[in-house]
Amino acid sequence: MVPLSYYLVLSGILFACGVVGFLIKRNIITIFMSIELMLNGVNLSFVAFAAHWHALAGQVFVFFVMVVAAAEATVGLAIIIAVYRTRETLNVDQVNLLKL
Amino acid sequence: MTPTLNLWLIPVLPLAGAAINGFFGKKSSRTAVSTIALVFCGAAFAWALRVAWHFSSVSLPYQEYLAHWIRISGFTADFAFYLDQLSLVMLLVVTGVGFLIHVYSVGYMWDDPGYYRFFSYLNLFMFFMLTLVLANNYLLMFIGWEGVGLASYLLIGFWFTKDSAASAGKKAFIVNRIGDFGFLIGLFLLIQHFGSLNFADVFEKIRPIAPETAGAGLLTAIGILLMVGACGKSAQIPLYVWLPDAMEGPTPVSALIHAATMVTAGVYMVARSHVIFERAPGALTVVAIIGTLTALFAATIGITQTDIKKVLAYSTVSQLGYMFMACGVGAFSAGIFHLMTHAFFKGLLFLAAGSVIHAVGGEQDMRKMGGLRTYIPWTFLTMGIATLAIAGIPPFAGFWSKDEILWKAYQANWIYWLIGLVTAFITSFYMFRLLFMTFFGDYHGHQVDAHGHARPAHGHDDHSHGEPHESPAVMLVPLMILAVLSVVGGLVGIGNGFEHFLAPVFGTGEAASAAGEGASHGMELLLMFVSVLVAASGAVLAWVLYVSKAYLPQKIADTLGGFYSAVLNKYYVDELYAALFVKPLVDGSTHILWQGVDRKVIDDSINDAADGALHVSDNVRHMQSGNLRSYAGWIAAGSAVVIAYMIWLGVGR
Repeated sequence: MVPLSYYLVLSGILFACGVVGFLIKRNIITIFMSIELMLNGVNLSFVAFAAHWHALAGQVFVFFVMVVAAAEATVGLAIIIAVYRTRETLNVDQVNLLKL
Repeated sequence: MTPTLNLWLIPVLPLAGAAINGFFGKKSSRTAVSTIALVFCGAAFAWALRVAWHFSSVSLPYQEYLAHWIRISGFTADFAFYLDQLSLVMLLVVTGVGFLIHVYSVGYMWDDPGYYRFFSYLNLFMFFMLTLVLANNYLLMFIGWEGVGLASYLLIGFWFTKDSAASAGKKAFIVNRIGDFGFLIGLFLLIQHFGSLNFADVFEKIRPIAPETAGAGLLTAIGILLMVGACGKSAQIPLYVWLPDAMEGPTPVSALIHAATMVTAGVYMVARSHVIFERAPGALTVVAIIGTLTALFAATIGITQTDIKKVLAYSTVSQLGYMFMACGVGAFSAGIFHLMTHAFFKGLLFLAAGSVIHAVGGEQDMRKMGGLRTYIPWTFLTMGIATLAIAGIPPFAGFWSKDEILWKAYQANWIYWLIGLVTAFITSFYMFRLLFMTFFGDYHGHQVDAHGHARPAHGHDDHSHGEPHESPAVMLVPLMILAVLSVVGGLVGIGNGFEHFLAPVFGTGEAASAAGEGASHGMELLLMFVSVLVAASGAVLAWVLYVSKAYLPQKIADTLGGFYSAVLNKYYVDELYAALFVKPLVDGSTHILWQGVDRKVIDDSINDAADGALHVSDNVRHMQSGNLRSYAGWIAAGSAVVIAYMIWLGVGR
């Protein structure tokens, strides 16, 4: 049996990868993928805890997170396409209309 | 069985009239406006008569509960009415004289563009005055008290486009507020110590208390504070200054509010609170002294005035002083008696003066009148009767009431009596002076341009003015009715009839003095004779000075020099008040409160706070770089801090 801490360390590494990717990448698609990575890092910790404590709630949570992530992916990709069509770039540093 | 009197109708009827005229009067014709005003005011009078008719068959004091008002943990003040002999007298005087003055106003105000406004205010005044008179607790009375102040303010400033009228209204209002301050504190003391403001409850709790003969206590304090309130409303020293200025209002207003009814509210209030005052001899002495001084002081000013209404105004102040003197020596019924007769003859004097002013096209200066008795005989006749009444010539009304007061004052302290007698002499003198200057000698109106002095809202200057003309019947009839009342009104006092009628209200104090009266009946007759003599000599002196040797007054004035000009300028009291109170207040408000506190503290602190917020925000907004990754960095850093903190918590445990 693999101990719980292994899962949690892996989950932390995945999440940290997501954060770092989010911070250093400029391409929106990559950033988007980093977000998914963070979500799934968290998912992993959920199922790990659920298995460890023999509680079903964590697994149910994961399903919800996946559904939300799927919906988010749809919306996000749609936005990315819209942005690309208007600005012809995927570099977030150039998508700064909100700046004062 | 006690019949239901429905007292509440009496105040509510004029209120309805005021509302109808106030809301719809602007579009209605004059006839409609005056009909509504007269009908509602007349209905109140009729209802008051009905109450008087059933008066003997109700158990007194009759109380009528109308609606809840304030009920907080033991303290109760309701919309409820209280009827006893005292309020009945006031009720009849207010509705009766009020109705007559309403009738008169129909003629007097006919050409005024604010016709509907005038009658709406007038009815509103009736509502508040009747509330004041009928209230069964001090708080409801205070509502009426403030309400008549409001109506008075509105009516003094009725011709508000005239600067002097507007400021006279303000002056009346503000001076009254000073008095009300004392009144209110008196009421607070009553609540604090007796837990109620209902007349019946308060007096019930006070009755067992022994009179505060040694030193001043709670009741003396309450009494003096109530007296301060009465001083404001009834124009006594030191708060009398508003009443002469109040003559800026239309003459019927002066007659109704500033002579017959509202200004007597203070006397009514003192008489109503007689239970308190009887147990506070110190407060009573204050009342008597203030009344006596006011009577004399105002009378002397009255001698020198040349404006016909100003003479009457000072005369009113002086007569109110008499009433306070009466209350101050414990003769409350004499005070109320004089209040009633005064309402008749002073109301009449003002209305007649209005008729004179009407006749000569708005002129109020008596020096520009004279010889009017042939032009306006009816006005002359009625005004003559009123003058005889106020001067105290028997058998006119004023004689009986004034003599009653002087007799009671003599019993209390002969100094009051002496000053009262001197005042009676002066009263007689200046009233006959007014009569002679106005109606005798030659008419001086032709020499001056009467048009230039016409009242702004008075339309008569258009068609005038070769000859002064008599007023229409709608104005003369009230004059005549009041003249009859001024003749016979005093007769109810014969054989102490009036005093016996009011005895259930004022109780044992009166009975005791009535007992002592029989013993010195001869003395009373002697004093009566003296006062008639004094009144007659005042009239004769006026005749000599103003009719037979008309050059003398100027000579006397020149001889007296500075003293005369002091009296002429009303002893410079207005100037004194301006220097002592008004100017420091205005200066202090301007330089300290406005420029100092308001500008420097309040405005600046708010402006500085706003500037500071702007400045800070201006710097902080640079954090909003628009760079997505920097936002994400901040979020990640924040989360890292939170997580670190939570780990620290976990490790620490």
